[in-house]
Amino acid sequence: MPPGHCTLFTPTTMHCDVCKQNQATVFLTQIVDGKMQKVNLCESCSKEKGVTDPTGFALADLLLGLGAAQEMERGGSVQKCVVCGFSQADFKKTGRLGCGSCYETFSEGLSSLLKGMHKGTEHKGKVPLRALRSLERETQMKSLQRELRKAVADENYESAAQIRDQIKQFEVS
Amino acid sequence: MAIHNILNSSGEWMRSDGPHNQIVVSSRVRLARNLRNFAFPGWAKKTERLQILEAIKPQVEGLGEMGDAFSVYSQDLSALEKQVLVERHLISREHAAKGVGSAVVMNKKQTLSIMINEEDHLRMQGIRSGLQLKSVFRMIDKVDSALEERLDFAFSPQLGYLTACPTNVGTGMRASAMVHLPALVMSEQINQVIQAVNKIGLAVRGLYGEGTEALGNLFQVSNQTTLGEKEDDIIARLHKVIEQIIEHEQNARQMLLQKKPNTLLDHIGRGYGILQHAYSMNSKEALNLLSFMKLGIDLGFFPENCRQPVDELFMETQPAHLQKGTAQKLAADERDALRAEIIRSKLAAFPKPSTGSAAPDRDTGSASEN
Repeated sequence: MPPGHCTLFTPTTMHCDVCKQNQATVFLTQIVDGKMQKVNLCESCSKEKGVTDPTGFALADLLLGLGAAQEMERGGSVQKCVVCGFSQADFKKTGRLGCGSCYETFSEGLSSLLKGMHKGTEHKGKVPLRALRSLERETQMKSLQRELRKAVADENYESAAQIRDQIKQFEVS
Repeated sequence: MAIHNILNSSGEWMRSDGPHNQIVVSSRVRLARNLRNFAFPGWAKKTERLQILEAIKPQVEGLGEMGDAFSVYSQDLSALEKQVLVERHLISREHAAKGVGSAVVMNKKQTLSIMINEEDHLRMQGIRSGLQLKSVFRMIDKVDSALEERLDFAFSPQLGYLTACPTNVGTGMRASAMVHLPALVMSEQINQVIQAVNKIGLAVRGLYGEGTEALGNLFQVSNQTTLGEKEDDIIARLHKVIEQIIEHEQNARQMLLQKKPNTLLDHIGRGYGILQHAYSMNSKEALNLLSFMKLGIDLGFFPENCRQPVDELFMETQPAHLQKGTAQKLAADERDALRAEIIRSKLAAFPKPSTGSAAPDRDTGSASEN
């Protein structure tokens, strides 16, 4: 077929990208840095790559394995998580992180990885009540402190004293 | 509650009475959560894992939903018992491999199952029959809200719930439906459907431990991404896609009835014949033939009262379910013989498929006239 020739015919059998022999039955698609990556696998290669666990939803894990380690290497200069001692090499090996703080430690490398993996980069779902409360507290505290600074700057000491009392009360509540 | 209560009663989701139950077997939603300031289970040392376990387990057992719960440490379950739970989708295969430091708590109805120290500290799962993603999500969301009152979850305002694997970060939610699509497979449209579904960020996978192989024409459709989208939106999108898949499957069935009644009846008739007369059958063959029986019931070739026994056989012929009643572990050939025996006895009273309007003599073939 001449290059660039358009065809309406879609082949019904696709070969596995790994062994290039068997018919592919597993089709994976991932967008990395705006580029689409497609992987077609046959049954036995998909098993070998660990796309077999139906309960662990391991499909995405294979995608992760394809580019994750490279992404991490490209991104980070930090070698180990100070909280749990987890390293990039460990991530390369397992595809899993060590603790919640690892997300901060390796944030540089993770951010592009997450971008390629998910719909967005910002959480839009549920917020646990505790986190919501502490977020609200933080915002409230910040605004009180702002008011206090303003009152002091305005030499409005009476209201500054009031705000200071409010902050104190807020801290112990 | 003891393990035998769980093993000997089938879960509510296996009763196949949910909406769209002919095509959608079950709906599942799981949430991944971790405690703040502890290493994830895969990285935590044994003492830390035990500490996590003892912090979580009493809280889970104290949930209102866990009134008459079955709660057990992983090391106290036998390999066979774990496998039964895997076949029922109540624990993951990964969790079945765990020993000291992990546990599972499930409610009596087997609609709610909470794994402790799987890949994440908490994997909470709800499962119901038919297409009920929204109500399953509401159920598991309630459990999550109750637990977060008592446990401090690892959460970042920007990244959401922090999970061991970055593929789960954000909502930590994986919603899935198990669908039975024999006509799309027979008409060779299934790969197109899978590719279309993959393109919109959903995953389609095969079932029952054989990995991606679609045994029994059963597939699992789930969301692939967890960050950047609200739970409700993910569920709504998945629900919509499942509805479309149902429609495609129904169209494919009508198409087969009209254009290839012979092929269709041949599959169903052979399934019926072999299942009723075989003396040795592996689980793969059983699932595939049962799938045709299920299709035959959906199409009205068998009376409706055949549905329950066939749906039960999907589970009862699985290797661990087969052996849970036997005193010792069976060899493969013994299992195959027992499986065939169970199927034969259950199908003994089944009438022959009544083909009705789809009878092959209405096929265009002129051969019958010559």
